[in-house]
This record gives sequence, C-alpha cells and structure tokens, in this order.
Amino acid sequence: MIDEWVVGTLSRTLAYATPLLLATLGEIYSERSGVLNLGVEGMMILGAVSAFATAFITGNPWLGMLIAGVAGGVASLLHGFVSITLRANQVVSGLALTMLGLGLSGLFGKGFEGQPLDSTISNVSVPFLKEIPYLGEILFVDQSPIIYIALALTPAMSFILFHTSVGITIRSVGENPSAADSAGINVWRVRYLCVFVGGMLAGVAGGYLSIAYRPAWTTGMTNGMGWLVIALTIFASWNPSRGLLGALLFGALMHLSFRLQPWVAPELLKMMPYGSAILALVILSFGTLKRSMGAPNALQQPYIRGEK
Amino acid sequence: MINKLPFEIKKRQNPSGLGVMTVSLFALFGAFLVASIVFWAYGANPINAFRALFSGAFGGLYEISETVRRATPLLLAGVGLVIAFKAKFWNIGAEGQLLLGAMAASWVALFSPIPDPLLIPAMFLFGFLAGAAWGLIPAFLKSKLGINDVITTLMMNYVAINLILFLVQGPWKGEKQWGFPYTDEFPSAARLPTLGNTNVHWITLVIGVLAAVLIYFLINRTTPGFEIRVLGSSPAAGRFAGMSYVKSTLLVMFISGGMAGMAGVGEVAGIHHKLMNPAELSLGYGYTAIIVAWLARKNPLSVIVTSLFFGAIFAGGNAIKVSLGLPFQITDVFNGLILFFLIGSEILMSYKIEWRKNK
Repeated sequence: MIDEWVVGTLSRTLAYATPLLLATLGEIYSERSGVLNLGVEGMMILGAVSAFATAFITGNPWLGMLIAGVAGGVASLLHGFVSITLRANQVVSGLALTMLGLGLSGLFGKGFEGQPLDSTISNVSVPFLKEIPYLGEILFVDQSPIIYIALALTPAMSFILFHTSVGITIRSVGENPSAADSAGINVWRVRYLCVFVGGMLAGVAGGYLSIAYRPAWTTGMTNGMGWLVIALTIFASWNPSRGLLGALLFGALMHLSFRLQPWVAPELLKMMPYGSAILALVILSFGTLKRSMGAPNALQQPYIRGEK
Repeated sequence: MINKLPFEIKKRQNPSGLGVMTVSLFALFGAFLVASIVFWAYGANPINAFRALFSGAFGGLYEISETVRRATPLLLAGVGLVIAFKAKFWNIGAEGQLLLGAMAASWVALFSPIPDPLLIPAMFLFGFLAGAAWGLIPAFLKSKLGINDVITTLMMNYVAINLILFLVQGPWKGEKQWGFPYTDEFPSAARLPTLGNTNVHWITLVIGVLAAVLIYFLINRTTPGFEIRVLGSSPAAGRFAGMSYVKSTLLVMFISGGMAGMAGVGEVAGIHHKLMNPAELSLGYGYTAIIVAWLARKNPLSVIVTSLFFGAIFAGGNAIKVSLGLPFQITDVFNGLILFFLIGSEILMSYKIEWRKNK
C-alpha cells in the first residue's frame, strides 16, 4: 500500500518535473551568457498554444512540439533584440515578454479552448526495463517520451557547459564579456544563441503541457510555472545537474499539491511550490552554501564595447 | 568606416524633458502600429478597433468615468512602485500586495468589532499595513540575506492569490452567495461613496493624488528620500556615507507595499463590496502598475498622467471586448507591446546625433 503510494508519487513527480527541467536548462544557458530572461512564463505559454494549434490542425503532435520550440525561440529573440542590441533593462524586457505572451496566447488560443485533441504524444512503457522492481515502475511504465528527452539533455548540456570549448565561450561571455571580446569572441552572437536556446526549450516545455501532459488548451495554463523556473535557475546555481535535482524537488511538490487534496484544502497546497521556492532561497543564502552559488558576473549587464 | 558618416552618435548625459516625451510618444505610436497588425491577424479591422478603443475610453462622461475608475488602483500602486524603482528594488509583487490590502479591508468590513463610522478609515489603515507587511518580507530577505527581490515578490503574488482563493472558498465563504466563491456583501458603512452614477470611488482617487505629491516631496526634499536616491544609484557610496541600506529598503517597501494595499482596499470597498476570486478582483492592476511607473520615468507626479493613460486602455479594452468580441487578453497585448517599445526606445534618449562640421 505504502509502496504503491510512493512509487505512484515518484512516477508522477517525473511528469511534473519535465517541463520545469526543460525550461530551467534553457534559462541556465541564457543566464550563463549574461542574459536574464524573465519571459519564461510568456515563452512557455506561447509554446503551449502553438503546439496545441499545430497538433489540432495537422494532426501531427511531434510537428506541434517542433513549432512550440520555434515559437519560444522567436519570442526569445524579441527579448534578445531589446536587451542585447538595444541594451534595455533585462528585468523589464522579460516582464514585457511575459505580458505579451500571455496576451497573444489568450487572443489566438480562444478558438481552441475546450477542444478535444485526438493526436497527442501518448505515454510509453519501455519493454524489459519496466520489469525492474520499483525503479522500473517509477521510470519506465506509462511515461511521456518527452521525459526521456529532458533527462538525456541534462548531462549533455552539463557536459557542453563545463567540458567543451563552447561551454567556456558561453561562460566567459557571462562572466567577463570585455575579456571575451578581446579574445575574439562575438559576445552578441553568443548571447543571442543562448537566449534562443532558452526560448526554444521554454517553448517545448509549454508544448509538453498542452499536447503530452494533459492534452488541452486553457488560457493561462502555465499558471506561474515559468516563474518557478526563474527561481529554480538560482536554486540550481546555474548548473544543469542541480537543475535536475531542483526540478524533481519542485515536481514532487506540485504533484503532492494534488495528491494531498483529500486531507488539505487545495488552495493551501497550491501555495506550497511558491512558498517553498522562497524558503529554498533562504536556506541557500546561509553560510557555506552561499559561496558556491555565484551568479554569472555580467548577468543583467548589457555589453557595450569600449566601456568597462 | 564609421568616421566617414556625415554624423556622429554621441552619448548624452541628461536627456531633456522634451526629448523624453517625444521619444515616449513615438514608442507608444510604434506599439499601436504593431497592435493594429495583431488586430488585423485576429480578423478585426484595426481602424474600427482603435475607434472602439478610443470611444470606450473617452466617448462620453460615463466612458471617461470608467477610465478614471481603472486609473485609480494604477495610480496608488504605481506611485508606490516609483519609490521602489527609485531605490532599485524590483517590486514585481504589487499584485500580491494589492490583494493582501483587499483581504485586510474585507476582514475589517465583515468580521472586526470596529464601529460603523470608523470602518472606512480602519479599512484603509489595515489595508495599508497588510500590503506593507507583504512587501516587507521580500525587503527583509533582500537587504539582510541578499535574496533576489524579483523572485520573492513574484512568488508572494502566487501565495497571495491562493490565500484569497482559500478564504473565499473556505472559512470566509458567504452564507448568502448561493455557493459562489465570494464573501458576504460588505455592510453599507464599509462601502465607499461614488460620484453620481459612476464607479469612481473618489476617496481612493484623492488618496492617490495626495500620495503622489507626498511621495514626490519625500523623495526630493527629505533626508530619507535623499538616502533612497543615493543608495539606489550607488549602494557602495551610500554605505560609505553611513547610510543604512537595510533601513532604507524596509522604508521603501513599507510605502510601496502599503500603497498597493490601499489600491486593493479601493477595489473591494469602492467597486466589488466583497472579497472574491483574485482574477476578477484585480485584472492584473499590480502588473500594469509596473508599466505605469516605468512610463512615468520614476517621477511620482507623472504617475497621475500615466495611470490615466493605462486606465484608458483598460476601459477601452473592456469596450472592444464587448463590441468586437475580442478576449480581455487584448489589454495584456497592449501592455506588453507598450512596455517593449518604451524600454527599447530608451537608447534613443541617452544618445544624440550630431552632424559633423566640415573642416
């Protein structure tokens, strides 16, 4: 009985953790290059609506995921243009992107509200692996294939960031852009690319919500998940593997906020992930943990050649 | 190559007032231009849409009163945000602070033993304090522990939303509301008077205008205001001069959160007369107030004008929602576009073009 409950909880935790993980991985790349993008919520919801619309019209859910990525990516370039090229304040530009994304998705998604989606990305069970006791049931029974993509991306993106020249380039642009510039790196191009990667992943995360996780479009369906991603990025200390840890933790909290509903009022449970995000940052701010946090030095600073 | 151009782009120290206004107007024009593309893509004639928007905001006395009514919460919250942004505190939490103010006012109106004649003042007082308390938490976390203010203020919005949902569906649910998630209606002594047949609760409006003037003087003419400005532009210099960053941040967020809280009091005491679903209660005034404060270029007095502008967008947006069948998110589209154009055009203000003189 308890076994079943724990296995069920852990298995559903993965389903919640997936969109958080995808978007957090993207935001980590964006911020590592020095660009804070508070538009995650907006990019996610644009991804969600365009994925649903594409799958609904063409009947191809994978094409829907692709378009979700493109939509998130294009939206992120707007933030890139305003904050990298026009050097505007990154906080305000990101907020603008979220407002615009919520507005546009509400406008163009209106017709899809309440429509059933026939072509979804359905869950799979992995043969053989699902026979493993406990672990098999948690990881390999009735899970979305997108989960495995997210899980595979984590070590890959971590490796690229910390063990390849591409990663060194990204980090140097985020830590000391003028030094990177004198070393012949095109600071603007690196930043644009990282912002674009962040946007694509946020879009895909949104697409997962509308055509894989619970296939339906509802206005404002991301419901603050994009903001949790911003908190998770700090929680993860801009490190993809810790991002996985954080996504699982918050995925579990989000799942529990449904699971515990027979005993506690649902509204109180829904506060849990947001309250916990604050609590987690408070705990991280103490003592030795603080030193290992370190945000990228040039985060939020537009780069102007010739100035310090 | 750049030297061969007939002009030169130079950095300018202090953009002139006229320059700021010209650029802002062009930015607004650009935002409306893109918005018309959105209208067109949605299948609505942009010219009709703008005509409906304009007449919905200014078409008659009632329309103007609707604009003023929507501007009221934006004015109060916006003035509070100006002082936070002056101190470089990213208060994205005005929405939550507004909701907490509404919640405290509802408690006073429905459950407190306060006698009738004192109800309204008590609602504003408790609303201010509740909003301020909600704002002081992130202020404390940032100034003492260095925790990111954007995150904490935002997360607290979601905590506030769910707290109110809990109250109106649970312990505070009205007995006479047919099972709807509302509290009972406020007694008449807890309702703000309105101007004639309009929804303008003028007391809140007067508080907002007075607060704009007071906060202008606080920032520009007093010692705490001076400290806020110094610590906002250069925390290191301020600390060196013996100013307390913690004290200044707490003061700023006490005022900022409190102003948003009073905006919430106005909405429940002047418009709804009950506590209800946060999405119906506020329409995102707390987020729009960020743009209101930004467009005012951090000047509390300018907020009086910019809040009216966004009040018009809310009122006009509501009108085209009805006449053109557009969903209410159209105001979010406007807000997002305007904000993008405003900050994108700021670069034009800090640079000037100078023609080269022939040698």
